[in-house]
Amino acid sequence: MLYLALNYLRVGIQNELQYRVNFFIQLGQSVISLVTGLIGLWLVFSHTTELNGWTQPELLMVMGIFILMGGVITSLIQPNMTRLLEEIRMGTLDLTLTKPADAQGLVSIREFRFWSLTDVLVGIIVLSYGVYHYPGNVGITQSLAFILTLLLGSIIIYCFWLIITTTAFWIVRVDEIVNLFQGVYAAGRWPVGIYPRWLQVGLTFIIPVAFAVTIPANALTSRLTPLILVGTFALTILFIIMARYFFRKGLKNYSGASA
Amino acid sequence: MKHMFDYYLTTIKIAIQEQFQYRVTQYFYMIGMIAEPVIYLVVWSTIARSQGGSVGGYTPEAFAAYYLVWTLVRNMNIVFTPYGWENRIRSGWFSMDLLRPIHPLNNDVAYFAGMKVVVIILWIPIGFVLSLFFKPDLHPAWYQVIGFFFAIWGAYLIRTMLLSLLGMITFFTTRVGAIFELYFAFELIFSGRLVPMSLMPATVQQIAVFLPFQWTFFFPIEVLVAPMSAQTMLAGLGMQLLWIVMGWVAVRIMWKFSVRQYSAVGG
Repeated sequence: MLYLALNYLRVGIQNELQYRVNFFIQLGQSVISLVTGLIGLWLVFSHTTELNGWTQPELLMVMGIFILMGGVITSLIQPNMTRLLEEIRMGTLDLTLTKPADAQGLVSIREFRFWSLTDVLVGIIVLSYGVYHYPGNVGITQSLAFILTLLLGSIIIYCFWLIITTTAFWIVRVDEIVNLFQGVYAAGRWPVGIYPRWLQVGLTFIIPVAFAVTIPANALTSRLTPLILVGTFALTILFIIMARYFFRKGLKNYSGASA
Repeated sequence: MKHMFDYYLTTIKIAIQEQFQYRVTQYFYMIGMIAEPVIYLVVWSTIARSQGGSVGGYTPEAFAAYYLVWTLVRNMNIVFTPYGWENRIRSGWFSMDLLRPIHPLNNDVAYFAGMKVVVIILWIPIGFVLSLFFKPDLHPAWYQVIGFFFAIWGAYLIRTMLLSLLGMITFFTTRVGAIFELYFAFELIFSGRLVPMSLMPATVQQIAVFLPFQWTFFFPIEVLVAPMSAQTMLAGLGMQLLWIVMGWVAVRIMWKFSVRQYSAVGG
């Protein structure tokens, strides 16, 4: 599967490299969303000095991680999921299912948007800027914990995306699902702690976002306790099992629309 | 005139029936959409509380009212997206629309107007639940409720004109994603979508006066939320009308020049 994934990755990059102007368009879009994000942040800090205990550099770090993770999503996760949604709707998923490789693995690695990695770059720049102005200490432990939680967070996001994509086996419309995910993901722009408890519980949807963006930010700003780290591990495993379960259940329900 | 009226009525009916089939997906869409104002609301309520109860004259309850009405106004001003224009022009589907004996824009306006009926019905329970939790400070005068009804349709029409103009750029170039994004960023800042305009720096407010954006978000929300004299409200509705007319003229001119460029790519 890894070999297959690398091959798809290579093809994806080669495909995208044909359209070089797209890089500049993507860059333009990244800059626009960065600037609007910064304006929002600036507005907040023109009225207050800290937001629920988070200072300006700390929130910049959160924003950096948010953009970085957003880049990972739009380059690696979302294109695969929208393609899957489209194929379920059209019935062309049949062609994929007949291949000998594991179906879930295969539908998750076929697309790669190289230019969307611009956001990863922009995110890293914002993050570094935040870290640079952060008065606290970001040492080896924090950095390692950060990378680890970031990795776990992206796995959780992938599973979460797959779970909501799986609903397409029952209800099939694509745009709404993408919109749902993007709306929920937007919550990650701010540390999850600011959301009232009832909302965190009620909209369990927010949970994966919290783990993808806030926990790595917690790791960098020494807010991470070993207990939360263990919890993140446990949650990642739970999400992997859930995603697998839902996907299989959905596949059983799939009848191939037009084929 | 009568045949146009019939056309609108029928399209609206079709839209209602079509959209009502997809209740679950509509709710998916709404949850995604409602996340945005809830996020703003939580952030600004947190700030208001940390500043001793209010920021820029807004208490958490006032913010709750603002962003709650926001959700309805936002639903109302969802119109045929410029990405839809991009899609139908780039794919060549637009050829079919052009063959119709009436202007294709009529279909966009009528269909989305019909969709609003479904959207509002589905919005009511969401609005109710949100108001239970966020306790909005909302007590409009009777004339404000009536004014609000007109203001949301005004917002709908203004935004239809604006986004159609934007969408028509696709006639000239099919690489429009970045232009659209830039437009939406502008709108976010100058419309009151992000925060009530009074929280914006004075310069932004001054520039916003000359732009149509605040008549699609800030004004309709304020009609219901803020204490407002009937006179001010009517003046505002007049401004909306002005922007609708100007937008309509601009759309006509743009249409004349741009549709000639259409070459039915792939059609």
